This record gives sequence, structure tokens and C-alpha cells, in this order.
Amino acid sequence: MLGKGIRIEGLRKRYGKGDTAVDALKGVDMQVAPGEAVGLIGPSGSGKSTLLKCLGAVIEPTAGRMTLGEEVIYDNAWKMPDLRALRRDKIGFVFQAPYLIPFLDVTDNVALLPMLAGRSNAESRNRAMGLLEALDVAHRAKAMPSQLSGGEQQRVSIARALVNRPPVILADEPTAPLDSERALAVIRILNQMALQYETAIIVVTHDEKIIPTFKRIYHIRDGKTQEEAGEGRAFE
Amino acid sequence: MISLAGRDILHSWGKFVFTGVGLGLLIGVTLTMAGVYRGMVDDAKVLLDNSGADLWVVQQDTLGPYAEPSSLYDDIYRGILGMPGVDRAANVTYLTMQVRQGERDVRAMVVGVVPGGPGEPGQPGYLIAGRQITRGHYEAVVDIATGFKLGERIQIRRNHYAVVGLTRRMVSSGGDPMVFIPLKDAQEAQFLKDNDAIARQRRRTAGNPAFNRPGTPGLLDAVIASQSINPYVNAVLVQVKPGFIPEEVAEPIRRWKRLQVYTRVQMEEILIGKLIATAAKQIGMFLVILAIVSAAIVAFIIYTLTLGKIREIAVLKLIGTRNSTIAGMILKQALGLGMIGFVVGKIAATFWAPIFPKYVLLEPGDALLGFAGVLVICALASVLAIRAALKVDPAEAIGG
Repeated sequence: MLGKGIRIEGLRKRYGKGDTAVDALKGVDMQVAPGEAVGLIGPSGSGKSTLLKCLGAVIEPTAGRMTLGEEVIYDNAWKMPDLRALRRDKIGFVFQAPYLIPFLDVTDNVALLPMLAGRSNAESRNRAMGLLEALDVAHRAKAMPSQLSGGEQQRVSIARALVNRPPVILADEPTAPLDSERALAVIRILNQMALQYETAIIVVTHDEKIIPTFKRIYHIRDGKTQEEAGEGRAFE
Repeated sequence: MISLAGRDILHSWGKFVFTGVGLGLLIGVTLTMAGVYRGMVDDAKVLLDNSGADLWVVQQDTLGPYAEPSSLYDDIYRGILGMPGVDRAANVTYLTMQVRQGERDVRAMVVGVVPGGPGEPGQPGYLIAGRQITRGHYEAVVDIATGFKLGERIQIRRNHYAVVGLTRRMVSSGGDPMVFIPLKDAQEAQFLKDNDAIARQRRRTAGNPAFNRPGTPGLLDAVIASQSINPYVNAVLVQVKPGFIPEEVAEPIRRWKRLQVYTRVQMEEILIGKLIATAAKQIGMFLVILAIVSAAIVAFIIYTLTLGKIREIAVLKLIGTRNSTIAGMILKQALGLGMIGFVVGKIAATFWAPIFPKYVLLEPGDALLGFAGVLVICALASVLAIRAALKVDPAEAIGG
């Protein structure tokens, strides 16, 4: 599965019924290869969040097909039986705010996911420590989230998204609360991780500072996507 | 796997401890209420134990001497002593009143007993200081709960008594400490009239031509003398000979002496089933209300704590946490709160129980039952919060 990326074809999502029905997605196509980070941009109400929720297996599309590697997640009316396990094992999430669990320290915030997947505490913590070291926050391993800076919190949330080595990471405005320098650092880390772990990364953003860093960008407007080449500036 | 509930409690321990202390005080009150009821039952049993009797002989068709008034002639005990299986029989009177000592007075049950040693029915079973009543008048043995001391003089009606002995846990079914005095003094105290009433009664008797006959000298004096004494007692306490069954001894007394006789079991039924039944129901109502209030408080606290973590719960669900894990976390927190509350409540009840004016008996069995009750209430109270948590949409973690 790793190495195959994520692919959606003709994805549609309709809210409501009859006269009040609203088509949030009107046949979206998208493909992100392993090791690639793409930007998803668009104005408010364009369907970005709906698309992210469909990609994250949080809401079900009305029609269309979605595959993760060779595994079919949705195929029109059919859906994979255990979407919760899919989210746990194969999709990583990075949010606008880090949303770390406030009563767990940094290590356990990251180690929680492998533990939920049934891995031993020792293995889970080892994995967590490896990622924290890679993301340069290992020195705060025993700190509580409230003791971290915004940038540190976001790096911990990236570690949490990566810890189960998912084939895809969905990042929802991950740089919104950060200044330019930290925002670029986060995107650089995401790109490095994408390459290192062969993960497909989709970054929803409004942030003008980071848009030029993507090599490919999907514009979403009125429920449809349009692919464009990006500048890929930061990683040359 | 990490204990999410434990970590959350440790992280916000202040919130849990303070809430637990508040809940604990409520649980302490609940345990104390149960202790008050147990104390009442124990007081009733102690009253029976301390009387040293196997049988209580009282006036026919009464529930005396504790639950209803009962009057018997004070020479009836002689006939009872002759009944088969009777070892000892002694008159006794009970009178609840204020006993004065200097400027203060104490509510007490004055018990009139035949002077004698320990083992005699009605006598205090043991003393912690001093001696038993040996004289026929003006000596008293008191329970230490009265606050009287050896050698002090106390006043009952118009007579003064020297405290010659101290005893402990000698209380009425209402929890009033006992004051033992000689039987003759107690009989006098029970029916004593004031001087004006005595003068009026003598005048009325003298004015009655049937009692004041010029041709029968001494009749008026005899009538007046008979009116001035009290030949009644409230009960005769009987001890049966070894080898005899109390009920078998009681039956001939009922039949041939035409008196009411109660065994120990019957007396317990009267005291617990009738005398303190209403108080027990009252306490039972309080216990039910306190249980409901405790459940409402736990439910409200856990619900509020859960609502404060909606975003974290959404994130947990988004990253694939099972519903059972989240429900377990909330349930464990509710149980943790209950455990903190129970420990605080048990300690509080243990410390404040001795301060209560009446006996509060905290039994380990009640504590265990209370602990189980607290856990059940907390588990039920967490249902509302669990429902709220399970309704959280993982999509809430994603903006938009």
C-alpha cells in the first residue's frame, strides 16, 4: 500500500434533500503520489473542508471513488467497513491548532496512536521518541502541551500524525497560527517527512507565504478542483 | 495502554480533589445518617441488655414499660418469684425528666432499682468508678454522658442524691443517659405532688363524710396515708433459671397472674419496630434524598467536565479511538470521583460522629454498602456524560 498514494475520482457530496439540497463537491478528481506534498487552496465555502472530511473518512461522499494505495475506501454507495481503524492506521491528521491531549505529556500524545492500534507501550514510545528526535522536540518529551511553544506544539502534532506511518497525511491550515519563519519550517518538515516516509501529504491552506512552496496545487472553486503547477520554492 | 482517565485526573487533580471533597462531605452526611439510625437501634438493644432481664412483666394490654405507660403493684414480684423457672425478679420504674445539678440540668432517664449488687435485674451491669447503690434512699449511680461526677449532689424533684457510682452506655431508647436511684425514691418522684396539691387533697378527703366519720377514729388518717404513698412500679424484670426457655416461663405468668410478659425478642420488636420505626423511616427518606442529590451532583460534574473536553474527544475519535475507550475514560473518572468522595466522607463521618449528642454507630457493613452504592450512583450518573461524548462528531476536530 505504501508507495501508491491517494486517488479520488468524481467525488461528490450533497448535503440535505430536495429543494434544500446543497452540492458541496461536484465531481472532484485528485491524485497525490507517495512522498509528494500538494496544496489545496480555495475561498471560503468552496468545499475545502468537505473534501478534507471525505478524504479523512469522517463523512461519506454521496458518489465517487477513493482509493488509498490499492485499497478501495469508497466506491459510490459502497464504503470500507471499519473507517475508524482506517483513520487510526492509515491517515494522519494535522490541524490548524495542534489539539494535543492536554493531560498527556509530549511522548504519550504521540505514542497514544500506536497504543490504540494495539502496539506495546515500549514500542509505541520508542516510535514516538524516534519521531520527536527527527522533529527536534525530543528535549521536550516529558513536557505537557501547555508548556510548549506554538511551533513545538505543531511539530508534536506532526509527529502524532506520522507515528503510525500512514500512507497519507491531511493537514488543515497547519501554519495559520504561526509566523512566516515557523510556518515555512513546518512546511519544510512536512515535505521532509513526506519524502522520508513516502507519505502523500495534502495541505489545506490560505497562507500566501507557503503556497509558493508546493510543486503542485489544487484549486477548489464551487465544489470542483483544478490542478496547477506550483513554484516549489522552498525545497530547491 | 495509557489510562486516559487516570492521566486526566492527575493532570487536573485540584479540580477532582475539590469536587471530591464537596461530594465527600455529602457522602459523610449520608453515612452519618445511617450511623444515627444504627445508633438508635443500638441504644434500644443496649437498654434491653443493660436491664439484665430475660422477661419484662408489665400491665396487661400494654407495650410497657418503654413504649407505653405500665403500672403494676409493687408486691406483684413476690408472686412472680414463686412461678416455675423464675430465678430473680425485681421491681423497676422508668421516668424521663430533667435532673438538676447546681445551675444546670440534664435530660435523663431516672431508673428506680432495688438496691443491691450487680446481676440484680435493673441494676447497672458494670461501673467505671465508685460503687453500686447500697442504701435505700438518696444515692445515685449515673451514666458519664450526664456529665455528673462522683461525689456531686444532684436534685430529682425536691430530693438531693449523692452520686456514688459512674457507669457507661446506659441510655434510654431515645439516647438519654440513665440515672439510677433507689426504687422507693423513684416511686415517690414519679407521683410526687406539690405541697399545695397535697393540702387540697387532704381537705377534700376530710370533707368527705364517708372517710371522716366521727364514730370511726383513725379512718381519715388511714385514708390520707394511703393517698400519700405510691405502691406502683412500671415493670417487674425477671431472670429465668439456667436451662429454662424464657417463653416457657412467660406463659404461666401470663395465664395465672393475668399480666403481660415480653421476652427479649418481643421487646426488641417493640422497641425497633414500633418505638423508633417513624424515626427510622424519616432517616430512610433522608438517605434516599441524599442519594439522589449525590447522583445529581456527580452527573452534573462529570457532564460539565466532559463538555469541557469536547474538542479533545473529537480529536480522539478522529484519530481512531474506540467509543468504548472514551466511555471507559468517563466512567472511570466518575468512579474515581466517587472513590475520592467516599474516602473523604468516611474520614469526615469518623471524625464528626463522636461530636453528635446522640450515639452514632458507623458500622463497617454500612460503609461497604455505602461504597457500593456510591460506585453504582457514579456509574449511573456518568451515563449522561457518556451519551454526550459518544454523540461528538469526529468532524468537529476539522474546521469548516
